[in-house]
Amino acid sequence: MATELPKTGVVIIGLGATGGVAALPLAQAGIDVVGLEAGSWLAPADLSPDELRNNFRAWPQAVQKANREIPTHRPTSSSPYSPRVPLHPMMNAVGGTTLHYWAQSWRLSPWDFTVATETRRRYGASRLPAGTTVEDWPFGLEELEPYYDKVEVEIGVSGQAGNIKGAIDRRGNIFEGPRARGYPMPPLRGTGFTEMMAGAARSLGWHPFPGPAAVTSQRYQGRSPCVYHGFCNRGGCHVSAKGSTAVTTIPKAQGTRRLSVVTESHVTSINVDAAGRASGVTYLKGGTEYVQPANVVLLAGYTYENVRLLLLSTSPAFPKGLSNNHGQVGRHYFSHNQIATVNALFPRNLNTWYGLPAQGVAVDDWADDNFDHGPLDFIGGGNLWVYSDRRPIAAANMSTFGRAPRWGAQWKAFIRENADRGNTAYLQRTTLPYEDNYLDLDPVVKDPLGFPVCRITADYKQNERRLADFIQDKMVQWYRAAGAIATEKTAVGTMGPSTHAYGGTRMGDNPETNVVNRWGFSHEVPNLGVLGASVMGTSGARNPTLTAQALAWRTAEYLAANWKSIVI
Amino acid sequence: MSADDPAPEDLISRRALLGRVGAAGAFAALPEMLAPAAGAAAAQTPRPITREPLETLTPSEADVLEAITARLIPSDATSPGAAEARASHYIDRALGGALASFRDTYRAGLASVDAFARASRGAAFAQLPVSDQDAVLTAMERDEAGGFPGGSAAFFSTVLAHTLQGTFADPHYGGNRNFAGWNLLGYPGVRLAVTGEQQNLDAKLTPTRMSAYDYSMFSQRRPARADRGTAHEPHGD
Repeated sequence: MATELPKTGVVIIGLGATGGVAALPLAQAGIDVVGLEAGSWLAPADLSPDELRNNFRAWPQAVQKANREIPTHRPTSSSPYSPRVPLHPMMNAVGGTTLHYWAQSWRLSPWDFTVATETRRRYGASRLPAGTTVEDWPFGLEELEPYYDKVEVEIGVSGQAGNIKGAIDRRGNIFEGPRARGYPMPPLRGTGFTEMMAGAARSLGWHPFPGPAAVTSQRYQGRSPCVYHGFCNRGGCHVSAKGSTAVTTIPKAQGTRRLSVVTESHVTSINVDAAGRASGVTYLKGGTEYVQPANVVLLAGYTYENVRLLLLSTSPAFPKGLSNNHGQVGRHYFSHNQIATVNALFPRNLNTWYGLPAQGVAVDDWADDNFDHGPLDFIGGGNLWVYSDRRPIAAANMSTFGRAPRWGAQWKAFIRENADRGNTAYLQRTTLPYEDNYLDLDPVVKDPLGFPVCRITADYKQNERRLADFIQDKMVQWYRAAGAIATEKTAVGTMGPSTHAYGGTRMGDNPETNVVNRWGFSHEVPNLGVLGASVMGTSGARNPTLTAQALAWRTAEYLAANWKSIVI
Repeated sequence: MSADDPAPEDLISRRALLGRVGAAGAFAALPEMLAPAAGAAAAQTPRPITREPLETLTPSEADVLEAITARLIPSDATSPGAAEARASHYIDRALGGALASFRDTYRAGLASVDAFARASRGAAFAQLPVSDQDAVLTAMERDEAGGFPGGSAAFFSTVLAHTLQGTFADPHYGGNRNFAGWNLLGYPGVRLAVTGEQQNLDAKLTPTRMSAYDYSMFSQRRPARADRGTAHEPHGD
């Protein structure tokens, strides 16, 4: 028999990137919040500079619920399953994956909000790829700008503005949409390698700039500046320079005494009352089942768990899963077209042993709709990104560019000479939703509790493949301009479990094609909100986290401002 | 702590495991190390390799694994290889912890290596001349060696991945002895803070010769031996 707890104002499922942000404006508005987190707290001393543990093994310090429910994948509904990946791409802890993410904190471009309309207007309706279900967002960048701004200040984002109220600053990204003001901190410093790459980009007539990072470039709100020690990539920050919600918004919300954090709690269902409104959640902690009643439920897991928990939460009012009477839960899924990249070999050492993935230089000349697609056979674009980041096991696993075998004396001679001469770009590209890419419950594979895991049925289509090839060619051009003596393009891959997973609970005004409304609340369950990239209908060409966090702040602020009408 | 000292944890486990020292294989020098390549006279004479008490593998399994790792990253006159880095010790230890799920893979795979070596070259793998050892490994890599459950290429890739981990991971895990792997790459070591000057293209950095767990901030929270292991590094976050 479940233990029923006292009712609270809002229960948030998951205290990661988005739940950890949403808690703050709610708590500041005086609303009682219970934050349920599957993982536990990690301390700075847990976040050691250890490549083997961070990059090759599961983090041992926190309860990794996610690793017991890794999604399955098949490219199409008639193809065989892909091999199951050994680790879930995301992690559980207070702060979630913001503890070890790369912390690149981009705003989307104005075009990303209006892909459907702008493509029809500029190139004609026939240029929208066959089978895509892409829609314009229900609002544009200007609606989200104040929330990007709030989150940038709260978590601490470093960067160089390129467009403040329409005034272009060529030190920043000249293609970005207008900002109300600059970043709260200057950008992370450049390195010898990133400055060499920036110079090469300028020699091509391109517009390089330092990318935005939720990493302190100077002392900020009591947090240390970044120490550039080289273990940020899937590693936590031992000086709290990375703006994880575990060291920013969550402790600040706790300071109001309105947020109660419950760790190692595993939510098994969202409950509804006889009227079909959310009544709270059921969770397991330490072998005991609890029911947490709440006026409002905010679902803030990762994309796969958001969809799975809705589909598992069946009731007479919602026999196909919560908020799924229109059959839209799991639809419009896609993972970011970011696997295909370019490796380069230089004739000199690059000294990239230290730094972090967010310490880099970007080129947006080939992103979004920043160039004419008239003569091309795809829409969208890519962000080109090179950065200073290398660790020894990864260095030893570098490509040998066909110049040496994988082992033995010749390999050893190659790696002695070239361990610090390779580089791999990070290329994120526009990705679209399609009618036959979706998430549902796996009919066979279950987690240890007996619940089905999430199943991904999705693959990249022609638009993503053509775009990847085009962007890789641009990257080859950039590396060659910087003096690379060898380059190679890697494969596109498929839409398996990803750190950039979008859709499944898409946001939009039309309840026939979207799960949540323009404020992030369910069209079918008015006191159920959904947070995370699962509400995003387009990807842009850049990391999703800041956008998901801005949307989360906006949903929470709307809830606080409209409390009486939502709670009734 | 001098760089030549084993990590404190090594000392503890060594004491605890003294009773388990296998006779065959333990404290044996590798044959090739007794005969440095011609022309290496000016180079420093390599020290004999000391093999640690076994923690998981049998002595005969350890002999095969030791010989394989020594060919994957061979020692030569100018730099140590996987043998001096003690990659096989890393694997032996990890098979009792983070890589425990690979124990059966190694049991079957190492036996298959010896069986294939005998059938194709007439002797146990560790007894073969290095040219024949390389021929066996090449056949495995090409999936042309028979008798391997799951195929020889899969086992070859597993051993190669773990040999790279054992040679280039933090010395905390029992390999990369004397920072042999990091020195081979030119990696200047774990630092807790890095300056702008140290990120210049031509910066000359002195190796720190420090494990992450030599820093007091982390020495009290060493990762558990039983953490789950994989070889999976997603790109992007």
